[in-house]
Amino acid sequence: MTTTLPYLSLATWTPILFGLLILACGNDRNPNIVRGIALVGALISLALTVPLYTGFDAAAHGMQFVEKISWIERFNVHYHLGVDGISLWFVLLTAFITVIVIISAWEVIEQHVAQYMAAFLILSGLMIGVFCALDGLLFYIFFEATLIPMYIIIGVWGGPNRVYAAFKFFLYTLLGSLLTLVAFIYLYSKSGGFDIEGWHNVALTRQEQILIFLAFLMAFAVKVPMWPVHTWLPDAHVEAPTGGSVVLAAIMLKLGAYGFLRFSLPITPDASHELAGLMIMLSLIAVVYIGLVALVQADMKKLVAYSSIAHMGFVTLGFFIFNLMGVEGAIVQMISHGFISGAMFLCIGVLYDRVHSRQIADYGGVVNVMPKFAVLFVFFAMANCGLPATSGFVGEFMVILGGVEYNFWIGLLAATTLIFGAAYSLWMVKRVIFGAVKHAHVAALSDLSLRETLMLGLLAVAVLAMGLYPLPFTEIMHVSVGDLLKHVATSKL
Amino acid sequence: MLNLIPAYPEIFLTLMILVIMVVDLYLKDAQRIWTHALSIFALLGVALLSTAYLVEGATYYGFNGMFVSDALSNLLKLCCALTLVLVLMLSRQYIQERAMYKGEFYTLSLFSMLGQMVMISANNFITVYLGLELMSLSLYALVALRRDHVTASEAAMKYFVLGALASGFMLYGFSMVYGATGGLLNFPEMAYLLNSQPANDALMVLGLVFIIAGLAFKLGAVPFHMWVPDVYQGAPTAVTLLIGAAPKLAAFAIVFRILIEGMVYMALVWQDMLIVLAVLSLVLGNLIAIAQKNLKRMLAYSTISHMGFVLLGLAAGVVNGNLLSETDAYSAALFYVITYVLTTLGTFGMILLLARGDFEAEELSDLKGLHKRSPWYAFLMLVLMFSLAGVPPTVGFQAKLAVLQEVVNAGHVWIAVIAVMASLIGAFYYLRVVKLMYFDEPTDTQVLTPRRDLHLALSVCGMATLLLGLLPGPLLTLCLHVIDITLHS
Repeated sequence: MTTTLPYLSLATWTPILFGLLILACGNDRNPNIVRGIALVGALISLALTVPLYTGFDAAAHGMQFVEKISWIERFNVHYHLGVDGISLWFVLLTAFITVIVIISAWEVIEQHVAQYMAAFLILSGLMIGVFCALDGLLFYIFFEATLIPMYIIIGVWGGPNRVYAAFKFFLYTLLGSLLTLVAFIYLYSKSGGFDIEGWHNVALTRQEQILIFLAFLMAFAVKVPMWPVHTWLPDAHVEAPTGGSVVLAAIMLKLGAYGFLRFSLPITPDASHELAGLMIMLSLIAVVYIGLVALVQADMKKLVAYSSIAHMGFVTLGFFIFNLMGVEGAIVQMISHGFISGAMFLCIGVLYDRVHSRQIADYGGVVNVMPKFAVLFVFFAMANCGLPATSGFVGEFMVILGGVEYNFWIGLLAATTLIFGAAYSLWMVKRVIFGAVKHAHVAALSDLSLRETLMLGLLAVAVLAMGLYPLPFTEIMHVSVGDLLKHVATSKL
Repeated sequence: MLNLIPAYPEIFLTLMILVIMVVDLYLKDAQRIWTHALSIFALLGVALLSTAYLVEGATYYGFNGMFVSDALSNLLKLCCALTLVLVLMLSRQYIQERAMYKGEFYTLSLFSMLGQMVMISANNFITVYLGLELMSLSLYALVALRRDHVTASEAAMKYFVLGALASGFMLYGFSMVYGATGGLLNFPEMAYLLNSQPANDALMVLGLVFIIAGLAFKLGAVPFHMWVPDVYQGAPTAVTLLIGAAPKLAAFAIVFRILIEGMVYMALVWQDMLIVLAVLSLVLGNLIAIAQKNLKRMLAYSTISHMGFVLLGLAAGVVNGNLLSETDAYSAALFYVITYVLTTLGTFGMILLLARGDFEAEELSDLKGLHKRSPWYAFLMLVLMFSLAGVPPTVGFQAKLAVLQEVVNAGHVWIAVIAVMASLIGAFYYLRVVKLMYFDEPTDTQVLTPRRDLHLALSVCGMATLLLGLLPGPLLTLCLHVIDITLHS
């Protein structure tokens, strides 16, 4: 289809330009103007993604809204953007979450407001760029560049141990992506270009595929994160400010999972099949073992961080069972997790802003003083453990179905997540929300403000809508996922 | 008859230096700005002449083939001249506050520039040596310019003794090659001879070893790097900048002239040596840099590791005796060294900016909370640090990418893996600088009020680092084009 406007470029660069604008002229003397500009920027960026959804042709194969111009001639690099049914939802999700994050920071962030808002807007544009990039080098540049604002966000506005967390986050991620860079360069020398779709069809021997797969795995497994390279995530989550945690859980983790779909599976199909056993094993360890780890956390943010790892284990599991149900379920799970984990971190942020503690033991009986908040918190906790009619159910159910289709026992093990998820989510709810009011600071709590109700309410609507009527989500990705699976089923050897 | 056309930029610069020397005698201290202005005028003149030659694209030989003006030499001279302009702009305030704002600083700087230009245009062992000594002697004197300063004097002594030793090495190597080739000194003739009868006799190889040791010393590659940290730290920062920036371009030029234009048919012998030097520099440079508390010393070790990358690019040109990818590989190394010099200007410029009065802001802790003192300079330094670490979207990433691509193309995938792992180690100490600037509270709250030229030069360096990272195409193409016509005309 033809478009008149380069919507993808607009979606990518509008937030970045707004971020730079705020950086250039904002200062701490007029924080409200800065907040206003940031919100307007985020809303415009979100509005710009709407034509992507309305103009998207779900029946068409291949990439849509494609933009391609030569960028670095010397290396045959192109500024090449496009979306298919897989990436479209992540572009929308990113723009949506950015609005929520800007709202969530409204009164909470008082220091360096301009820089905070600018960092999130720039980060948002970069992440949209990652999802849209169809050129390997462009992808890599966006992928790596996201580290810089996140590093600053954790380090400047983070908790007491923020320096350690920021370094761990940055170096861990860099370790993986540098090896991917070598793999990219190798693919460049094989194919003569950085075009991702060209790489999908480049012939590779078994050994080459396995090495490239492992190099990709280093980057994407760290980002997802998969067990055993997940240890940076709890640290980063705990130390990051609320907005940072939300973006990290809702979008940044998806960059890694998206990488599997865009790179690992189609470029190295034979290695993917050969190493699927390993991947499924790692995913199941994440689901079961990390689920158990989440159970014993005393810190709410840590608990949700571990629950994120368990849920992302579900996603990677869905990818490597190679059936339509599994892969689509995994993508649905990614989007749903974006909403739910974001909402969970916002809820914790709401409590933290009032009490300045994330310890479960410091709460109890919150429902007595914050009834509105309790409703939403319980709702999101339920969604987190996959209650039917919430978005959390759809993805997990699809992956479990796909798992059973692949191998009954794998399906069964995966299904244990419903138990563990319920256990850690509901036990936390019990200790935080219900019971008698034990602490004086809890008794003094005030319920949600309009702003907080708005941001949590928007997410609740999204979670509910996706749970009740998931068809639009799966419909759009159907053709693309089908094509991907067909491609992966064809051996390159 | 003497053909002077290729040497017009050098002749112009020499005349200007003489003029500046004389004019400076009649200036009072308060009027020294004229020396400054004349020096910048001279350098801009050189830049203009080089650009004109570069656009013309012709190759001229002069002085019986001892001296050449080709695309590579003109590009490098242009870069050197612009670098020195930026150095002078960055350091004026610093040298003024340290009683170094004298005519000698300018004439010596310009003489070292002249030496670099001779090195860049050298087409003969003797010319290389002449240029090298002219540059080095001027720099030795510059390091010792603050003669009442203990560390500076010590650094000057060290630099002089070790530099003389390295020059001796190189000269010894030259003499062996001279003997082995039956009395050849001009590079094209040497290449011609080596092409027709591959010379692998022991004398030639031994000579090569000595030459490479000398070159590695000038570049500052491990294990010939010992002088780098001491001199970088000991010299007044303005002089560190003079040593650390443009001379790298000149050193690149003589490596190119000797090894590639003269001895490319012995590439199988010297490529392995370069790879060893490169890997050692990458690993040791980055590892030792972590332990440094002094910013200048840390940047010195970082320089060592970056020279490792340049050497990797130079070592990836000849694959299985095949010269097909030499243009790509050498242009990647050229791109690396040019962009590295740009980044160095910015980082040392920042140290110059933070220094004031008699206070040297060269400890890492002096950067604490820079973000709160001046968001703009902190942002510039952030860009520069990420560029050195090779994180996109800065030019450091593009340069590393260009070199790594050639390394992988040459079939050394594992060396590329070592190189990126070394960069990962390097990322740690660059990140630490960003941490100090952004995450820590300032210990020194004095507002920064730099002169306008310092502010301008620093902003240019930082912004160029970012812009070239976003749009590296033109410079990459220019490097490719320049190497192409230099090698194949």
